[in-house]
Amino acid sequence: MTSVGTGYDLSVSTYSPDGRLFQVEYAGKAVDNSGTTIGIRTKDGVVLAVEKIIPTKLEVPGSNKRIFSIDKHIGFASSGWMPDVKGLVARAREEAWEYQKLYKVPTPSKILAERIGMYIQAYTLYSSVRPFGAMPIMASVDKDGPQLYMFETSGAYYGYRGCATGKAKQLARTELEKLDIDSLSIRDAIKEAARIIYTVHDDSKDKLFELELAWVSQESGNVFSKVPQDIFDEAVQYAKRANDDDSDDDDDL
Amino acid sequence: MAVQFDGGVVVGADSRTTTGSYIANRVTDKLTQIHDTIFCCRSGSAADTQALADIVQYHMQLYAVQHDEQPPVKVAASLFQELCYSNKDALMAGIIVAGVDPVYGPSVYNIPLGGSLHREEFAIGGSGSAYIYGYCDDYFKPNMNRSECVDFVKNAVSLAMLRDGSSGGVIRLAVITPDSVERIFVPGNELPKHYEG
Repeated sequence: MTSVGTGYDLSVSTYSPDGRLFQVEYAGKAVDNSGTTIGIRTKDGVVLAVEKIIPTKLEVPGSNKRIFSIDKHIGFASSGWMPDVKGLVARAREEAWEYQKLYKVPTPSKILAERIGMYIQAYTLYSSVRPFGAMPIMASVDKDGPQLYMFETSGAYYGYRGCATGKAKQLARTELEKLDIDSLSIRDAIKEAARIIYTVHDDSKDKLFELELAWVSQESGNVFSKVPQDIFDEAVQYAKRANDDDSDDDDDL
Repeated sequence: MAVQFDGGVVVGADSRTTTGSYIANRVTDKLTQIHDTIFCCRSGSAADTQALADIVQYHMQLYAVQHDEQPPVKVAASLFQELCYSNKDALMAGIIVAGVDPVYGPSVYNIPLGGSLHREEFAIGGSGSAYIYGYCDDYFKPNMNRSECVDFVKNAVSLAMLRDGSSGGVIRLAVITPDSVERIFVPGNELPKHYEG
């Protein structure tokens, strides 16, 4: 980081001479400190998976969830600084509700994505505010089918078939690229999502973690919800088996 | 009034606007285009309903640009309802919203005085409507074809014009289908014949 100490990273309202906004990039670093989040969009639904790192054994199992429901058919999962995540979730819920209230039709995810994107972007404009330290992934099924979006700290957002953010985003993206997502069923996508989270989790750095899985698909009645326990257990079993096989291979080397 | 048929909707209205007993306009067009394939039938205060239609027109234009698609009739109706309900003490507006959209197909919504919203297969409103509930309930049938539907609307409106002193003039119609709008004009001397005593 040659630019550190030059003064151009102190305010979000000043570009560096080579045209960068360091505060926005540092916000991305905040995201890299938290557990990995991935999303997979298949033709019949979307699954979100989070590696929720547990800092202490004293934490109540199942608390501090990182997956949030925004509207009946829309959900968020996010890596990043938790208070910022919650700020964005609150805003997303408000936007979705306002839209539904005015138009009385389900909020299309492309519209919600645009509004969230603009909201995040607004926090990159003023010296009095700090960009969001969060990169949410948004899943939904609307009239245009299953949708998956990921937002960057700059406010830029893109639609994906598979995306990852957080600690092990590079590894997770490599794993996602290996999948033939177009021919994946939602049930298989759930298993693969669980597998990827178990694969990218680094036991030596963070001992404890909890897997969170949520989906929205025809099978869930196009409602964004937690993956049912039986499917969840099956996915975890698959993930653990796949990872055990991998380590066996390593032993053979 | 507005009526759903198998391929679209027909909207129709008389053409009388009054200020007290004086006919301010005998060839009024009470059918207002809100978007490409969405119309509203205005009744009550001309000033109020014109103002409302202008506002909703603006919103639909914005919706079409932002969403890059035709706005649903339901969205137009919802906007009318929001405006009618939240300003109910200041407005005299009974509005029927009708049209066709790619998602929900042909649809008719009625927003009477208090600002409630009802989806109906056909809707009638305005002072003359009281006289034709019986006719409409008897002769309406679901899934009419286009010409049956046009005749139904012509008959109903002309019957209302005969009995209601505040209605009259000519009949104006619009036949809205997914990709076209046809306007029909029936002069006052060519109205369907009914018993006049």
